[in-house]
Amino acid sequence: MSLPLSSASAASAADQLRELQERIHLLQGRRNKEGMYPLLPCFSPLLPSGLRAGSAYSLEAPLSVAMALLAGASAEGEWCGVAGIPEFGAEAAAGFGISLERLVLVPDLGERWLVTLSALADVLPLVLLRAPARASGGDASRLASRLRERGCTLIVLGTWPQSEGVIRVEAARWDGLGEGHGHLRSHPMQLAYSNRGRKRTAVVDLASLRSGTGSAGR
Amino acid sequence: MSSAPSVPRALVVWFPDWPLVAAQLAGELSDRVPAAIMEKGLVGVCSGEARQAGVVRGLRLREAQSRCPDLVALPAEAARDAREFEAVLTAIEASLPGVHELRPGLCALRARGAARYYGREEDAGGAALEAAARLGLEARAGFADSVFAAEQAAKSAVELAPLRIVPPGESAAFLAPLPIAALGDPKLASLLVRLGIRTLGDFAALPLADVRSRFGPEGLMAHAWARGEDPRPVVPRVPPTPLERVVDFEPGLDRVDQIAFALRPLAEDFVEGLRREGLACTELRVQITDDAGHRTERCWGHPRHFSVGDVVDRVRWQLQAADVGSPSGNWRSTGEALAAPVVQLRLLPERTDQLGLRGQALFGGVDERLDHGLRRLQSMLGHDSVLHPVEAGGRLLAERCLMLPWGEEPPSGVAAAAERPWPGAIPAPLPATVFPEPVRVELLDAAAEPVLVDARGHASTPAWFRPGSGKDRRAVRGWAGPWPILQRWWDPAQALRADRFQILDDDGDAWLLLGASGSWWAEARYD
Repeated sequence: MSLPLSSASAASAADQLRELQERIHLLQGRRNKEGMYPLLPCFSPLLPSGLRAGSAYSLEAPLSVAMALLAGASAEGEWCGVAGIPEFGAEAAAGFGISLERLVLVPDLGERWLVTLSALADVLPLVLLRAPARASGGDASRLASRLRERGCTLIVLGTWPQSEGVIRVEAARWDGLGEGHGHLRSHPMQLAYSNRGRKRTAVVDLASLRSGTGSAGR
Repeated sequence: MSSAPSVPRALVVWFPDWPLVAAQLAGELSDRVPAAIMEKGLVGVCSGEARQAGVVRGLRLREAQSRCPDLVALPAEAARDAREFEAVLTAIEASLPGVHELRPGLCALRARGAARYYGREEDAGGAALEAAARLGLEARAGFADSVFAAEQAAKSAVELAPLRIVPPGESAAFLAPLPIAALGDPKLASLLVRLGIRTLGDFAALPLADVRSRFGPEGLMAHAWARGEDPRPVVPRVPPTPLERVVDFEPGLDRVDQIAFALRPLAEDFVEGLRREGLACTELRVQITDDAGHRTERCWGHPRHFSVGDVVDRVRWQLQAADVGSPSGNWRSTGEALAAPVVQLRLLPERTDQLGLRGQALFGGVDERLDHGLRRLQSMLGHDSVLHPVEAGGRLLAERCLMLPWGEEPPSGVAAAAERPWPGAIPAPLPATVFPEPVRVELLDAAAEPVLVDARGHASTPAWFRPGSGKDRRAVRGWAGPWPILQRWWDPAQALRADRFQILDDDGDAWLLLGASGSWWAEARYD
């Protein structure tokens, strides 16, 4: 204590300390920078701070919910990938606010789906995936480290062994269609997000999120 | 300006019906068929066979077809004309240097040097015609005191005497009896004819000052042409460094991996040649000729620029996709034999850019790592497996989004089609699940009969819905329709007559159905 540290060495010590902390976080499975991808405002009751970069979310909900989840980040300038969903309606996605210029589709992942998916996770910040039937826990954990390293968020349609949380539809209905008149107008659904025993719910009308790209023809 | 002997004598070589000849050279047209090149919906150029059947320039397609039912009509394509003319220019340059390309099919040379080298103008013109004849092409040549007069001289030459020489000082007299339409400016020609001026001689006789005040700079230019004083100088082109590369295989190779291996040095040379010119290739045309004389051709785009590996990949993909009838579907493995051995491979840079501009900055801000990763995925899974959606117009949901392989540019006209209103578009919200191929379903009325839509658009009330065969039928809780689609009844390839129904079934699923005469398909699902 008799010899005070010079300011330069104190600064380098602080740098070292931070670097060590970051490495500890990385080893503990937390990203060194807590990255978050923004969501549309209607999802704030479920996930107030957005989607955590580098983790996987399981979605037991229709495709339109997945599109709405991607839309917030895509509108902020992030690239999105859609893997294994050949029937992805890109026009509806554009209606949610997903930028088609920054969208990449891989309809068929091929035999070695894990390799393809890792290649996508290497370069894209957000990937929407239809869960392959043969996804095992081992596959998921191998992929999870890749996701953490790259800060890629995976949204999986279907169950996924190691997910950060599950978004589920509790109730949904379509309004606007009568017996021979009208057309589908609104689609209110009650969504629930459960994460390690905690559960939050919100009612979202997905149809109102879609600004009409195809103008009402009739 | 009137005392301007400064413009030297010119030799003009003209290739009649060049767009047609270019199409034949490109292999898009076979010889000796009645054919026409369409420009803006009108016949621009037609072959001798078509002319015999009564087809003339300026006819509409419908009328030309009624005169000659087996007419082959091709759209005009300036790029093809220019590309094929390049070889002709090179051939002429070999005998007469200093060629100035006026437009594809027409080129000018300074007559003096050529005439002095060959001794006489006749011999110089003969050398040019001979160069064309060696390529198997028909050409006409003309000598005169100006480029315009020489062009008219070449056009007035006939097949048996393909060289016409207008002696020095007689160009004005040669031009005088020609009709005013020879100026090639229909607007001016029509005006002059209405003023009673029918020949170039009449026009040339008008005072210069009056022509300037009445017709402006364009009129002045035409007036100079009519006087036989074309102010356009003959500017010899700088022969371009050949950037395309050709390799011939003798004997032909019939395995993809062999070809890819043999191609490697050529691809390196190709990329290196471009780099030396400071260029980067962003669009590549690959022409593959097999020993049966069949040529496959394809253009490949690239978001950045082609490296050696990319060039080899593109050729490999083109070979692998070339033959649909192969045993392993339409994608062959690298070791598999091709249907016919490949004898020639040609790499042409279709579009290039300055290498400096393509170094780091990328089109639309695609970053390098992303592009590299997706290309790697493409070489793993195949070119058509990594897609990029582009909005395109259309009535069916599946055709409203065009899926382009990563790195390809959308075809022209797609953006314009997406802007159009497309009456009958379905109201928002749009369905999230759009089936790439419509799924066969059943829509039944209360009597369990398929719902039929009559010619007046009346339909029975849908009561039951079965999503695919072998599934339980569900009650229809809500429905709207029929919404008719009637499209292009005159075009058998794209004609469509169908009706749409939006229905909501008992399980809470909403569907968009498409039906014609009692058969129903699910076009999309709202979920």
